Amino acid sequence: MIEGARWKKWLWFYLPMGMFILGLLFPFYWMAVTTVRPDRELYRPWNHPLYSPFWTSNPTLDHIKNLLQETLFDRWMWNTMLIALAATLISLLCGVLAGYALARLRFRWAGLLGTAIFVTYLVPQTLLFIPLADIIRDYSIGDTPWALILTYPTFLIPFCTWLMMGYFKTIPKELEECARIDGATRWQAMLYIILPIALPGILSAGIFAFTLSWNEFIYALVFLSSPEQKTVPVGVVSELIRGDVFFWGPLMAGALIGSVPVAIVYSFFVEHYVAGMTGSVKG
Amino acid sequence: MARVLLKNLNKKYDDVHAVKDVNLEIRDREFVVLVGPSGCGKTTTLRMVAGLEEISSGEIQIDEQRINELAPMDRDIAMVFQNYALYPHMSVYDNMAFGLRMRKFETEEIERRVNQAAEILGIQGLLARRPRQLSGGQRQRVALGRAIVRNPRVFLFDEPLSNLDAALRVQMRVELKRLHERLETTAIYVTHDQVEAMTLGDRVVVMKDGVVQQVGEPLELYGRPLNRFVAGFIGSPAMNFAEVAIAEANGVLWADARGLRVKVPPARIETLRRYAGSRVILGVRPEALRMASAADPAEYAFDSTAEVVEPLGSEILLNVRAGPHALVARVDPSTRLKVHETVRLAFDPERLHFFDTASGAAI
Repeated sequence: MIEGARWKKWLWFYLPMGMFILGLLFPFYWMAVTTVRPDRELYRPWNHPLYSPFWTSNPTLDHIKNLLQETLFDRWMWNTMLIALAATLISLLCGVLAGYALARLRFRWAGLLGTAIFVTYLVPQTLLFIPLADIIRDYSIGDTPWALILTYPTFLIPFCTWLMMGYFKTIPKELEECARIDGATRWQAMLYIILPIALPGILSAGIFAFTLSWNEFIYALVFLSSPEQKTVPVGVVSELIRGDVFFWGPLMAGALIGSVPVAIVYSFFVEHYVAGMTGSVKG
Repeated sequence: MARVLLKNLNKKYDDVHAVKDVNLEIRDREFVVLVGPSGCGKTTTLRMVAGLEEISSGEIQIDEQRINELAPMDRDIAMVFQNYALYPHMSVYDNMAFGLRMRKFETEEIERRVNQAAEILGIQGLLARRPRQLSGGQRQRVALGRAIVRNPRVFLFDEPLSNLDAALRVQMRVELKRLHERLETTAIYVTHDQVEAMTLGDRVVVMKDGVVQQVGEPLELYGRPLNRFVAGFIGSPAMNFAEVAIAEANGVLWADARGLRVKVPPARIETLRRYAGSRVILGVRPEALRMASAADPAEYAFDSTAEVVEPLGSEILLNVRAGPHALVARVDPSTRLKVHETVRLAFDPERLHFFDTASGAAI
């Protein structure tokens, strides 16, 4: 906190923070307001006497109804949820085990392998989707949820591995050694001692992985084609933008509802999540 | 019953030979302390006994049974770590019960043992707490409790007191000793603190650079150090050393250095005669130096200048300079001294040590 006169605090703390919050929250507000704004207001020109971009006096649920009845939105939500959860679970499982191995087991090339895994994370998806599309065709899983469940881990596993590796390194190795002297096998020591302590880290990795899969666009766009297989980000964009016509109301309603699960996940785990980013364990 | 035997024990890392040919027999119920400066291989040795470190060559036996290949859990040992290594997500009770649960003890038996250990250590009131809610001393007790509930054959301690503040360390030291008297379990204790080593150990093993320098009872190490390193490491303040030339004159040997001239005591003449004409290291403990009185023979006395006077209440540590040599003497607290004064000090001729200049071995 900045010490000194009150105006200084306003100038250097509240004002920048207010602007920051405004900048962050405004898109969400815009999304929400557009969702409930009737079409005739939405497409009113800016020089119209009743032009009021920041609020609406006649809120309507038409766009939401339209979204749920005219499109396969519920189907997209279900697809996205399923794919994100499955991809997250697979990635967490692999990431936790790999992170543990890289942080704890002494074997040749451990350091090199850790770096190599991180480097794969840096390869852009916009390049990777081309060879991946080929593989997906070879295995005939195109246009099924498996196309995404099995490809999302290609970037989620390196991410989870790297994050968990860092977290495991903050846990004193004596805890595990003590458990092994106490009579636990390496697996038991991991299960009863290391994993419970690493829970904040695991939750952080899980939340990140879930969010990344939920919002993923390119792979979903390329690997899925039929409307009933699509995920929310792709479905909303491809079905509600037809040619150069943007159906802003349903589009924003889709975006708003689509972001709800992520928001719930975040707020539910926020305590652990924050602890995972900042905390470590001291004996 | 537990007798631990280390036979030609070696630990080599890629480029470091951390433990070199350690041979040690730890008798049943004995409390043995491994002591040495950091990096001397004492902790590595202990971790090899625990099974946390692979043995490069040599053998470890507990009760005549080779344990090299046994997993830590199968060695029937318990270890107390420097940072306590308490499981932070478990209560004190669960921390202590963990080892028993892993070994499939009955719930009633676990409860009985944990409560008994808690009573011995005076932590009955803390069983429901989490480690983070405990003070350093309490955590230390829980760590001890976790070791004693298992009733293992051997206790291993890895610098268990070095995270505590000075007053608590002294208190826990006494409690550890009392605990050992009561439990009579064989114990191996690692520390870098020679006071801890001297006060706790039935026998003390001094190590340096992976090599055992001397094994012996505390007073034996103190009174008859085998080499210059042990002499300097054991004892506080440390032994004074001065390089002296041995010269023979009229059948009498003199140890001579600028500012210091001492007659070699008659008992040592035979062994020191072959050093006549060469140089050796003279060692003298601070308490083997005293204020010279008229009765002291001149050949054991010398003049020096007081540089620092440290009154400790029960004694005064007197830092003096004699020629180029800085010496510490432990003198009577009633002595009145001022800095820069000339002080005449006398050696106790029975308590002079001589070491070979090259090898450092005691002569």
